[in-house]
Amino acid sequence: MKTKVLAIDDSRTIRNLLAACLEEAGFEYHSAVDGREGVDAYPGVAPDVVITDINMPNLDGFGVIEELRGTHINSKVPILVLTTESAADMKARARAAGATGWITKPFDDESLIFALKRVTGAVA
Amino acid sequence: MTGSIMDTFFEECEELLEAMDAGLAAIEEGDQDPETVNAVFRAVHSIKGGAGAFGLDELVAFAHNFETVFDDVRSNKLQLDPKLVQLLFRASDHLSDLVTCARDGGQVDADHHKVLITALGEYIDEEEEEVVFEPMGMGAVFDPAPISAVEEVSYDIRFLPLKEMFATGNEPYFLFQALSDLGALTVRMDDSELPGFDAMEEGETYLSWELTLITSQPRSAIEAVFEFVEGLCELSISTDGDAAAEADALAALNAAFGVTSVEEESAVDIPLEQPEPEQVESPTSAEVDIIETVEPEAEPEQGTDMPAETSKDASKSKSSGPKPTLRVELDRVDRLINAVGELIINHSMLAQQIANLDATDLRDVETELEGFKTLARDIQEGVMAIRAQPVKPLFQRMARIVREASAATGKTAKLVTVGEATEVDKTVIERLADPLTHILRNAVDHGIESPEDRLAAGKSKAGEIRLTAAHRSGSVCIEVKDDGAGLNRKKIHQIAIDKGLVPDNIELNDGEIDNLLFLPGFSTASEISNLSGRGVGMDVVKNAVTALGGRVNIASTPGKGSTFSIILPLTLAVMDGMVVSVAGHTMVVPITAIVETMRGNDDMINNLGADSTLLSIRGSFIPICDVASSLGLRDGSSREPAGVYLLVETENGDRSALAVDDIHDQRQVVIKSLDGVCGNVPGVSAATILGDGKIAMILDPESIVTASSSAAVFDTDRRMSNAIAS
Repeated sequence: MKTKVLAIDDSRTIRNLLAACLEEAGFEYHSAVDGREGVDAYPGVAPDVVITDINMPNLDGFGVIEELRGTHINSKVPILVLTTESAADMKARARAAGATGWITKPFDDESLIFALKRVTGAVA
Repeated sequence: MTGSIMDTFFEECEELLEAMDAGLAAIEEGDQDPETVNAVFRAVHSIKGGAGAFGLDELVAFAHNFETVFDDVRSNKLQLDPKLVQLLFRASDHLSDLVTCARDGGQVDADHHKVLITALGEYIDEEEEEVVFEPMGMGAVFDPAPISAVEEVSYDIRFLPLKEMFATGNEPYFLFQALSDLGALTVRMDDSELPGFDAMEEGETYLSWELTLITSQPRSAIEAVFEFVEGLCELSISTDGDAAAEADALAALNAAFGVTSVEEESAVDIPLEQPEPEQVESPTSAEVDIIETVEPEAEPEQGTDMPAETSKDASKSKSSGPKPTLRVELDRVDRLINAVGELIINHSMLAQQIANLDATDLRDVETELEGFKTLARDIQEGVMAIRAQPVKPLFQRMARIVREASAATGKTAKLVTVGEATEVDKTVIERLADPLTHILRNAVDHGIESPEDRLAAGKSKAGEIRLTAAHRSGSVCIEVKDDGAGLNRKKIHQIAIDKGLVPDNIELNDGEIDNLLFLPGFSTASEISNLSGRGVGMDVVKNAVTALGGRVNIASTPGKGSTFSIILPLTLAVMDGMVVSVAGHTMVVPITAIVETMRGNDDMINNLGADSTLLSIRGSFIPICDVASSLGLRDGSSREPAGVYLLVETENGDRSALAVDDIHDQRQVVIKSLDGVCGNVPGVSAATILGDGKIAMILDPESIVTASSSAAVFDTDRRMSNAIAS
């Protein structure tokens, strides 16, 4: 059974890059174009891991994490924050909201897979 | 694969740049909504993110500076004043240039680049400036020294998760699994802290681990595995040889929590195979890849006088959720359009064949044929709608042209756009960019006066150029209207005479003088800057528009300004036409141009002078324009009385009666361009293929009327005869 990834990012380019890398690596790839759509898609997709951007319209990445971890959805799956923000307080905020880890843009395939491996154990 | 992702990156950049420009324009207008600032920030941010992925360093670096400034605006550290807004506009234009250079190759103006970086730098605090892409944590995992050169080392790792770690979704098991990739791993779990079952508390942690990893990888590779849990666990990594380093690491990592030493250990074997996670098949499939939602549709234009309530509604509907869209290659749509064109020709042929049948009762067949025609038309309209796009992006680009032209000429001009939501065929939009650029540059350069002159004339200091798009009875009208000085007709006339374009002994009326601008070889560049001149005249504008089956009109009032109108057909592929015969030739007149048709009789015709005739209709007189003689197919003096008159209305509202021999039919025709066959023929806009397989010219009533009323300027006869003959 393939590991299911839900990627939430408003940039088509980033979604394409994620899709190419993850599908090549054998993951099952799902995507959403902003935070609101991502949270709405979560129950239907039932992913094994979520990758979310921070800066997004409608609902930002912190909001996504808070809603997924909130009592309503109560998600326990790993959530990786995908961001160009390298500031420490950004990491701290994401972690405080319940993020599992982070991937810094620009990412290469190896570091993406490595990050996924550390939170899901899966390589595919 | 990477190539196509890069293509979509550049496509996305276009959209982001548009969004950025729109946002900046709104900010300039005084939009205070934080979401507007956020949207611009996100656009720059996304460009940077994508550019980083493709190693477009120059673009990344510039976007970063831009973004940093905007981030300060976003967090209210910086106030937006007109000076900063102007800088942001320039930065946005430059960012657009950088994207273009990254896509098409080429270099941006290095000096300009530096100037902008410096200007942006002035708004950036020193300390913020530093970081661009600092690798997060210990990211350089997969960059170790060559393995063969490094001996295997045994590391002792002590790992004690804090309860906070589990709130973040990190699992020790996966970390160990990642470690096992680095070398031979032994895992011992310490469960000595486990209390009795009754005393266990939910969310507390009781377990810790001691691991031994024999690996040739450096310590940083091990640290990278624990990157996400740094600060959420107690961790020590030591080798036999570096007790001191171990102490340091412990001190550093555990300062906040204090070190607990693990005394009792029990060895537990942990299987490192991946267990099958339980999953249900998701209902969505790989199609997800091509189905994407895009930003909500372009907002309809908002007049400045629109009540606040309405605009609030508009923004509400905007956030109500994006419409699902499907991205397809343009080629596929064009194939469909071609097929529809063939279908329509096919229908015509079928209709002709049936008409020729020697059958008694064809009513049923004709009914079905009519249904066929309706369906074909529906398909055609549907396909054309796919190609239709709002002119908004085009108009937004034009704002930049006006900004640049204003800066280059030292004038102040503001572009106001109206009707941005008007949809036009994609090709038309693409090919309109150059003519519009030219007209707008001209408007700033030649139309708008200098600020001093404007004030002297009692006008506001800043000139206004109004760019309007609207649908008008089957065509699209794009208008550039400036409030400048108007055309200097005397000068234009003199230049045309000097250049030998018109004889100096002929009186020209205002409209004719205005049209001199479109003559090849006419250029007023001698007088003014090199901005709009550049050795290209308005004839290029006219040719570009004519190639699209459209035309350009000029209206100008001295002291009040000029208006350039570009009138284009809605579609480039199919149109409704009236099939007529002219001097033995079958021709097509666009239905949209025809107001009325009537059979003529001698009572209605009045002679006016030697070679002009007027048609008397319901008490008014309308000039008659004989199509055959105007096209040079028949000598004007020896013509017979025409059979039918087509009343057409020109753009400026004047009516004329086109005299043709007969009307045969009214049908959809497929437009085939004459480009490359016989060039630009006055009076003829294109050709088509009729049901019987014959080729027929599609007439351009406007230019026929113009040509026949100002025969002095345009000598069309011979060229037309040649065209028909070939």
